[in-house]
Amino acid sequence: MSQHSTVPGAQPTRDGAAPAGAPSRGPGSGPAGTAGAGAPPGRRRAAGKAAGKEGRVSLRTRFRRDRTLVLMTLPALLLVLVFTYVPVLGNVVAFQDYDPYLSENGFVAMLESPWIGLENFERIFSDSAFWRAVENTLVLFLLQLVLFFPVPIVLALLINSIVRPRVRAVAQAIMYLPHFFSWVLVITVFQQIFGGAGIIAQTLREHGVEGFDLMTDPGIFKFLVTSEGIWKDAGWGIIVFLAALSAVSQDLYEAAAMDGAGRWRRMWHVTLPALRPVIALLLVLRVGDALTVGFEQLLLQRDAVGPDAAEVLDTYVWWNGIRNQDFGYAAAAGLVKGVVGLGLVLAANKVAHLMGEQGVYKK
Amino acid sequence: MPSLRRGWAAPPRPVWEEEPRRAGLAAKGIVLAGACLAILFPLWIVIVTSLSSRQAITEAGGLVVIPKDITFVAYQELLGGGQVQRAALVSVGVTVVGTLFSMAVSVLCAYGLSRSGSTGHRWILMTLLATMFFGAGLIPTYLLVQALGLTDTYLALILPSAVSVFNILVLRAFFMNISQELIDSARIDGAGDFRILWQIVMPLSRAVIAVIALFYAVGYWSAWFNASIYLTDQDMMPLQNVMIQIVQKQEPPTGLAQMIRTNQLSPLSVQMAVMVMALVPVAIASPFVQKHFKKGMLTGAVKG
Repeated sequence: MSQHSTVPGAQPTRDGAAPAGAPSRGPGSGPAGTAGAGAPPGRRRAAGKAAGKEGRVSLRTRFRRDRTLVLMTLPALLLVLVFTYVPVLGNVVAFQDYDPYLSENGFVAMLESPWIGLENFERIFSDSAFWRAVENTLVLFLLQLVLFFPVPIVLALLINSIVRPRVRAVAQAIMYLPHFFSWVLVITVFQQIFGGAGIIAQTLREHGVEGFDLMTDPGIFKFLVTSEGIWKDAGWGIIVFLAALSAVSQDLYEAAAMDGAGRWRRMWHVTLPALRPVIALLLVLRVGDALTVGFEQLLLQRDAVGPDAAEVLDTYVWWNGIRNQDFGYAAAAGLVKGVVGLGLVLAANKVAHLMGEQGVYKK
Repeated sequence: MPSLRRGWAAPPRPVWEEEPRRAGLAAKGIVLAGACLAILFPLWIVIVTSLSSRQAITEAGGLVVIPKDITFVAYQELLGGGQVQRAALVSVGVTVVGTLFSMAVSVLCAYGLSRSGSTGHRWILMTLLATMFFGAGLIPTYLLVQALGLTDTYLALILPSAVSVFNILVLRAFFMNISQELIDSARIDGAGDFRILWQIVMPLSRAVIAVIALFYAVGYWSAWFNASIYLTDQDMMPLQNVMIQIVQKQEPPTGLAQMIRTNQLSPLSVQMAVMVMALVPVAIASPFVQKHFKKGMLTGAVKG
């Protein structure tokens, strides 16, 4: 058992169990003395093995020391590997004429299906239904950006200007509520208001006006989808802005007021600049995610209004793959969406960096 | 009695701030009340109609706005057995089991990654973080779940969506703020990592654990898509899927069709009662989340 001395001023790391004589726990990283002091009982075995080695601790020793921690991450890691990374490899069916009936086992069927190169992609790009889905996706994205995106900002400014704590808490509680509803519930609630048997149609019928039904009208469907989104999530969206607003120093407002700035000028010159980084970050995230415009929401309403108005890229993949069992073709469409989407995320971050904002990850 | 008015009264205004104008206050009040009404009014109609008798519904010509002739008959019929009761039990079961499983996996992982500098910490974290930039894609995931033999089992509703990397990061950010000295002293007293997590870290993180558990629970409760593609047996369907059938597609619940045909039960109150059953659990959960929701709990989460 090696003796261990307590180095004065040494900061113990998570368990202080780095072996004596090992100045840092990471290979060549960390200031000297961040680890190496006060090995507790039960961790000395590791210390003994590494004693005499200079500079860095061997991987084996470090693994022995941290094995419980690594072990703890394994279940989550395994689930992510199996259900996120493995399916990414499964995208090879996009280059196949995948036939699920070749074998009982899906993996074997994948190995035995014929390779057809880019044929699926050629079919996709010459399919007018695909371009229709692209168009619907982009139109919905733009509508959501213009109509939905500003709503939480305005609501946050409004909530922030309420000074009575109880009124504020109650208003927030009501506005957060729909975020927790499922899409099925949100759409059925909208049905009760705007549907053919909804409260508006019912009132109109009493006054002799028949045939009111916004839920099945392809013409205004995209506005309907956007307002459903606003109803469900605009209230929840204010949280980030409220956090940013609460960080603004009251001194700034006081100083501005002293300089003669009124209410509106204080909002323009103090409040909005404080929100700018958050707004930029959320814009980047939204643009990066432009091709995702509400899969469950649209799928639930696809039958009611028809694919011409409701088909977006995600539902196109669902229709061709799950419904029509054309797996290779649908996977190819999904892959197109995935690759373009990844490009959009990276590009949006690049723009954020150029603008001097932080974006999702740092440079 | 000033104590009764606490919270409802306005706190004193800073001297530099001008008195609010009447018109401004009125405009603010109208917008705020309008927003709250837009959320609450539809829910009110749904709840009142679910509690209305067949006569009240006929009189109102459909949905009921002003409560009259309150009855619980729709709930009694729905919960007295049959399709909706079974679906509700399935949803409760999947939500409880799924949440416990997700929390166990996430809390363990978050703690395992919370002592920065530990072996493999960086690699594991990067592996998890990368998944926030890409999705696996619907078709490959579907084929995988099929190949693993999970179709027509409840595991298909839990395993593919069991882990949210974002939730792990939130928990991890919280665990990282727990003082190192506390953990070190427990270790000197002979506690292992599991014991430290169970007896020190988790009791100190009750609020964040409660909030994340509720996020998972709401996720499981609201999910319907996986059930719609992985389950074929109608008897296994959770509440949301049954709600699509009964409310959106307006097919009567199996077992109650007879009562509805013979005018003993209004189909509308049955539909609304199903919606209320889906609504109530999350409506109870929502204020709880707000209460424990520390400012910046989510916003400060994503840090290397």
